[in-house]
Amino acid sequence: MDLTLILAAGVASGTILLFAAIGEIFAERSGVINLGVEGMMLMGAVAGFSIAAATDNPWIGLVVAMLAGGALSLLHAVVSIHLRADQVISGLALTFLGTGLARVLGDGLSGEVVTTLPRITVPLLVDVPFVGAVLFREQSVLTYVGLLLVPVAWFWIDRTRPGLHLRAVGERPAAADAQGVNVARTRYIYVFVGGLLAGLAGATITLAISPGWFGDQTVGGRGWIAVGLVIFAQWSPMRAVIGAYLFGAIFRFIIDIQGVPAILGVNNPFSAGRSATFFLEMLPYLFVIVVVIIGSREALRRRVGAPAALGIPYVRGERGI
Amino acid sequence: MIIRLEPREHVPAWLSPALTIGAVVAALAIGAVILAFVGGDPVRAYAHIIDAAFGDIGVLSDTLVKATPLILTGLACALAFRMRLWNIGAEGQFLLGAWGASAVVLFPILPAGTPSIVLIPVMMIAGALAGALWGLIPGFLRARLGVNEIITTLMLNYVALAWLQFWVFGPWSEGGFQQTRPFPPEALLPRLTDFSKDFPILAGLTTHLGMVFAIVAVAIMSVVVSRTRWGYEMRLIGDNPRAARYAGIDITKYVIVVFAISGALAGLAGMSEVTGVVHRLQDRISPGYGFTAIIIAYLAHFGPWRVVVASILFGALILAGREIQPSGVPAMIQGIILFCLIASEVLVRYRIRIIRRTVATA
Repeated sequence: MDLTLILAAGVASGTILLFAAIGEIFAERSGVINLGVEGMMLMGAVAGFSIAAATDNPWIGLVVAMLAGGALSLLHAVVSIHLRADQVISGLALTFLGTGLARVLGDGLSGEVVTTLPRITVPLLVDVPFVGAVLFREQSVLTYVGLLLVPVAWFWIDRTRPGLHLRAVGERPAAADAQGVNVARTRYIYVFVGGLLAGLAGATITLAISPGWFGDQTVGGRGWIAVGLVIFAQWSPMRAVIGAYLFGAIFRFIIDIQGVPAILGVNNPFSAGRSATFFLEMLPYLFVIVVVIIGSREALRRRVGAPAALGIPYVRGERGI
Repeated sequence: MIIRLEPREHVPAWLSPALTIGAVVAALAIGAVILAFVGGDPVRAYAHIIDAAFGDIGVLSDTLVKATPLILTGLACALAFRMRLWNIGAEGQFLLGAWGASAVVLFPILPAGTPSIVLIPVMMIAGALAGALWGLIPGFLRARLGVNEIITTLMLNYVALAWLQFWVFGPWSEGGFQQTRPFPPEALLPRLTDFSKDFPILAGLTTHLGMVFAIVAVAIMSVVVSRTRWGYEMRLIGDNPRAARYAGIDITKYVIVVFAISGALAGLAGMSEVTGVVHRLQDRISPGYGFTAIIIAYLAHFGPWRVVVASILFGALILAGREIQPSGVPAMIQGIILFCLIASEVLVRYRIRIIRRTVATA
């Protein structure tokens, strides 16, 4: 196995998690936790795939996928921002709804084929030793979108005025309100952005990284992993990218190692078809638990944590934070 | 015109149940519209659900069979949610419970030929213990290390499934198939139909002893939660953790204990399912009971007896939903029901006032 090939594949599959995690970071920084990522990704995956199959144009599929994720997120926004419902339970409802709806819409889609989004090799950059082969050779165009999104998201949140408003709304909505920032509107916008990106993450699966529709296995828990990554990333896009690519590499490793008959002359217990592969399948999920523990410990130690108003509806004049 | 939400000072007693029923009806209506939109026939689908779930005593019994694991897992979620602990892991705890119970006969822990009177209680304990252990992990992480329990319980669901698959495909596989050998007759829970020799009316009815476990658990839980000091303190933590801390309640201990009990209930559900219905261990023993349980707990407003009612409703949906195409319809309807429930709840807490803005005269 060539290391650069594994890492390159890891970056590609990590891009899925990257979009979803950055979307969730936007929503959570505004004070709204959205546990519907898995459902929104599934909706994005099925919408993108079916539209691309029908129109033979993956770009149209991509746009529709984002809108599908965004539309679903608005449900959560209305229920949690205006109706002040519990955000945890509303997010779970969104996942149930998205999963069911995606399965209904995806009925009969398995076996369809689509034109995938183009793969591009970036001239010049590809010649940089190691990094070039990992990041810039024959990657899907979405991988580059993901690479660009990270600094853009960081700059937007940490260095611009709208980003300042976003953080204020998530930390001290009352203070932001007093400064004339429209708390509800800001939250709506960023929950919607989170939905768009979750839809994009879903389409990244079905239109770029592993095309096809396999029911709810298409996303297979990656939406939840993205939610866990946000805690590990401590709500920073720059840290999210590390986690996303790391998990992408783990997912690839699990697939790749099953194709190896022997390791260093020893029979590979994890080769495909053997029951020990199920221990491999546990790995990403166990790893999420480990990184969430690390994230929580570190957040405690450095006194950085979740946005202070995360999960709390804002009502002008009511006591809160 | 401005729509304002004003907190209610007095909530009429009929309001909450009325809204719950209204929400379910609204959800079914929304589901019908979506179903018609994707080319289905909602009237036929719903008529089919009612007929296939409550049509005669035989299918009613099948509905109760589906409701049994839902009552136990629903109770598991209701207990945890009452303390505002988001145990989303009932599915994994259910699977581990099924595994633990199976281990008793498959390892085997008790020798072959052990009579039912010993074997079944041991399997119950093993199932509940395995589930409790699986619940203790997130409970401990939450209580001692402050780790978000939503993520950990969810991730452990996937781990539990892989664990089960390892045993079912590997050491316990029967001839390479994805299932174990059938359990011996001593390990099976008696069903109503087993008594048809003396009472012919019971012939063909599949409702099993697990239903009794579920009802007993509900009865115990309803007394413990509303009539004991333990239940009172637990509810206090759920309603106002700060007040509970000032009152000197050891919240850490409660978190761990509640997670263990919640896991044990879900584990018992898994045990009841393998010994009462499936009669062997497979990896596909749950069509998502542990997730439906979340909605049931919410629909029941965490009340133990109301969990039974909600479970029968969802048992019907799961039972009849198997034949409805496309296959995602029951899951979709479940999601819509939960959404309508939480959206309707705003009307319990707030009164909606519409203020017409009058044009100011200068």
